[in-house]
Amino acid sequence: MAYEADGLAALADPTRREIFERLADGPHAVGELARGLPVSRPAVSQHLKVLKAAGLVTDRPDGTRRLYQVDPEGIGALRAYLDRFWNQSLAAFKMAAERSSKEVR
Amino acid sequence: MTAPQMLDTSVRTEITVEAPIEHAFKVFTEDIGTWWDPTHHILQAELQEMVFEPFVGGNIYDRGVDGSECRWSRVLAYEPPHRVVFSWDINTSWELEPDHDKTSTIEVRFSSQSADRTLVELEHRDLDRHGEGWEGMRDAVGSPNGWNLAHFAEVAAKHQS
Repeated sequence: MAYEADGLAALADPTRREIFERLADGPHAVGELARGLPVSRPAVSQHLKVLKAAGLVTDRPDGTRRLYQVDPEGIGALRAYLDRFWNQSLAAFKMAAERSSKEVR
Repeated sequence: MTAPQMLDTSVRTEITVEAPIEHAFKVFTEDIGTWWDPTHHILQAELQEMVFEPFVGGNIYDRGVDGSECRWSRVLAYEPPHRVVFSWDINTSWELEPDHDKTSTIEVRFSSQSADRTLVELEHRDLDRHGEGWEGMRDAVGSPNGWNLAHFAEVAAKHQS
């Protein structure tokens, strides 16, 4: 359960990341999300459920449908961003350290 | 809101570097400008250089080509070549955060695996202290550059050839 609630684990799936990125542009209903993706509507709903459990996404009723949006109170997206940021930064750091280490010798 | 208290408030990552521990520590701190993404700063001007003041109470700061400075981090622990701790005084709208209670902390530990190999472990913690309203972060995550690894791949390829 704790694992499921982890925003980073939730975003490890490429389809979920795609859905999350689309929601970062603004709120969408399931149907709208499914239209642009190579997965079925029930599959999109399932992915949204995981994103919601991870604190990355919230939903609210809008007439007869539900609108999904990135959770402005969750820190899931902040963690997702920083995780990406530090992984890229450490990779660049490794290259710089190894390059200059060879030059020293 | 019930979910957030279940959520982890830190991110952790690690990398193994083929270099002696002293060298790895020096590159991470003193030579931060050699590896930090140069587009990743909050100055108005273009980045001229990054400075890491190597002592507790020092700052990590960016200097722009116009002479402007942004002191975005305080050095909280400096124990070469094993450990360095510094703050992240940037709020979620990408502005300098003057209230230290609303900043997060980065701890980096270096451990020797052999004479020429160092394990570097990084933890960025207390992220909940940044509070709510992280629209800027959301935009960053949603933007092409926020997720795009193409730039990194380019750099990596260049250095390998």
